Amino acid sequence: MHVRIERRLRQPRWLAVAVPVGSVAVALVVAAAVLGVTGHDPLTTYRLLFDAAFLNGGSLGQTLVTATPLAFTGLAAAAAFRMRLFNIGAEGQLYVGAITSDAAGLYLGSHGWPTALVVAAMVAAGIAGGAAWASIPGVLRAFFKTNEIITSLMLNYVAGYILTYLVFNTESYWRETKGFNASVFPTSKNLPARAVWPGWTLPAQGGITLPLGAGIAVLVALVLWALYSRTRFGFEAQVLGDSERAARYAGVRLRRKILAVMAISGAIAGIGGASQVGDFRHALDADPNSLQKRQYGYAGIVVAALGRYNPFAVVLVAFLLGGLQNAGITLEGPDFPAGLVGVIQGIILFAALGGELLVRYRVRVARRAKPEGPRAAVEAA
Amino acid sequence: MNNGLAVVVIASGVAYGTPLLYAALGELLAERSGVLNLGVEGMMLVGAVMGFWTVQRLHADTGLTLAAAIGVAAVAGAAMASIHAFLVISLRASQIVSGLALTIFAGAAGLSSYLGNNSNLADQPASHTLGPVFPSAAQRWPVVGPIVFGQNALVYASWLCVALVWLYLRRTRPGLNVRAVGESPAAADAMGIDVVRYRYAHTVVGGAFAGIAGAAFTLAITPQWVDGITGGAGWIAIALVIFAFWRPELCLLGAYFFGALQALAPQLQARGIQLGPTVLWTSSLPYVMTILVLVLVSASGARRRLGAPAALGLPYVREER
Repeated sequence: MHVRIERRLRQPRWLAVAVPVGSVAVALVVAAAVLGVTGHDPLTTYRLLFDAAFLNGGSLGQTLVTATPLAFTGLAAAAAFRMRLFNIGAEGQLYVGAITSDAAGLYLGSHGWPTALVVAAMVAAGIAGGAAWASIPGVLRAFFKTNEIITSLMLNYVAGYILTYLVFNTESYWRETKGFNASVFPTSKNLPARAVWPGWTLPAQGGITLPLGAGIAVLVALVLWALYSRTRFGFEAQVLGDSERAARYAGVRLRRKILAVMAISGAIAGIGGASQVGDFRHALDADPNSLQKRQYGYAGIVVAALGRYNPFAVVLVAFLLGGLQNAGITLEGPDFPAGLVGVIQGIILFAALGGELLVRYRVRVARRAKPEGPRAAVEAA
Repeated sequence: MNNGLAVVVIASGVAYGTPLLYAALGELLAERSGVLNLGVEGMMLVGAVMGFWTVQRLHADTGLTLAAAIGVAAVAGAAMASIHAFLVISLRASQIVSGLALTIFAGAAGLSSYLGNNSNLADQPASHTLGPVFPSAAQRWPVVGPIVFGQNALVYASWLCVALVWLYLRRTRPGLNVRAVGESPAAADAMGIDVVRYRYAHTVVGGAFAGIAGAAFTLAITPQWVDGITGGAGWIAIALVIFAFWRPELCLLGAYFFGALQALAPQLQARGIQLGPTVLWTSSLPYVMTILVLVLVSASGARRRLGAPAALGLPYVREER
């Protein structure tokens, strides 16, 4: 038997939907096998997960809490990966965005600015922080051709150490220095009430809070979609992603594009950091075992890949994956060992990655290799 | 035992550096064949948990149990790496996304955690641990005592591994072939080298090294098991490969240097020295230095002499060369 893999000249539209859906189905079957082998009933487990993610009282609200940062980091990854700029620094860019927006919230919130302006300033500060942090690998790539994958990855750790340092090892602006608790254990300052982001409460499931960040994420997806499919900038960025040489001959300014795309990607992750502070934590979460353990930045790359870098699909996938992660946190216990959700998530991702082959290539199984006719030669080209 | 700060820091730098060294040697082999595997952290964690599981479950004499545990850890790491190898070599998936997927699948919130929690391994002391090999008289010698004679068997074995990898890459035919596959797979293919087989073999062996690196944590450094016990060492190992210009002998130096940096802050703290910013720079220095080295490597001119394998991260598709 002989397996031949041929590149598709045209990628049919339906495949872009059918393959991810099929991959998830395959993944669920494989994960069911893993569950069965390790002594868990797969159907009961899936039912439990689904209920805990979307159906139980208050579960949708909790899912949104997890899905919102995933949407931001997913969009951040999608923005850069589309141009084949592998910014895997959304993790660190989110931390830096959280640091800068927390500073803005603390300062402006306690100086009597109205909430709307404080929130806007926090978003702007998050954008600035994230974009600045992402510009380090951006500048290095644009001017020294340094591989952005590794530099952006390394900076995640540096950002994490800075975040922890600001609250735990120095009396910085972000650290609470007054009160009894603060003298016993280092804590960060709470945001003043004016700097807490408003949310909308929906009447379903006994009140779901729709965080402002979730709305901003959808807005960002819309802007990103328009930017990439409706503007000259987006077109040039995509050409650059497909063929750097073609783009150069067409007169695309390579350095500017790299700098801009990295900054945009970092800015989106930075808003994610601002939303962490304003929407959910209301303080700078510097504990290495809290925000930093959630690894939203890395999971965002998974979200982006599953959404095939399409902004709307990314938001949808973030919601579903957020549900899965939320269910894992809710159910964790003796019957539901920690790590199970990570395993399922990993299998889904592997299946989606493998399935990508079917979108880009045609797989032919033949008894033996046929002599290459003109048609086959054209298809393989 | 009254050793100076420098001796203690170097001695524990060697101990902390050993898992980094194993993981980096494995990653180096994979990268030399052109496969970037960002799943090191995940492979290490699965190796760590499986190694620990073996010592807790196997009731044989210490030497045999530990050898079996290291073997199991290596197999577990290799199994993880083979997923990555299949996805990126046979299915041509993005090496970056696949490696990250491996870390998510296997890592601190994935398979390693599931395996550990499902068999209730947390919060148990290890039944067997790797201890110093040499008699305590030798360990009391000044300076070389703690640094050279106070280490466990994995440390000495790692020196052998460095020598073997160096010899393999520099002095053997398959080693030359790997370098060809990593630099120019099309040329290697034309020479009759089986690119796919070489890439599979080196990625999987690289995973075995990462598994052993994980076992170094649960059997020697902190002989117990908790979620995410490697604490980011896998990422430092990836950095280390670049820092060492893809050379095994420099990996050794780099691993001990990064290991000593890790040991510095706790040692200073133990001596009652106020840390302040020290903790920030000692912990970020490996990452910052790696970035600087990368900039240096990517500057033209230096690139040819020191640079990465030219085909690193690129899938090889015979029809599209």
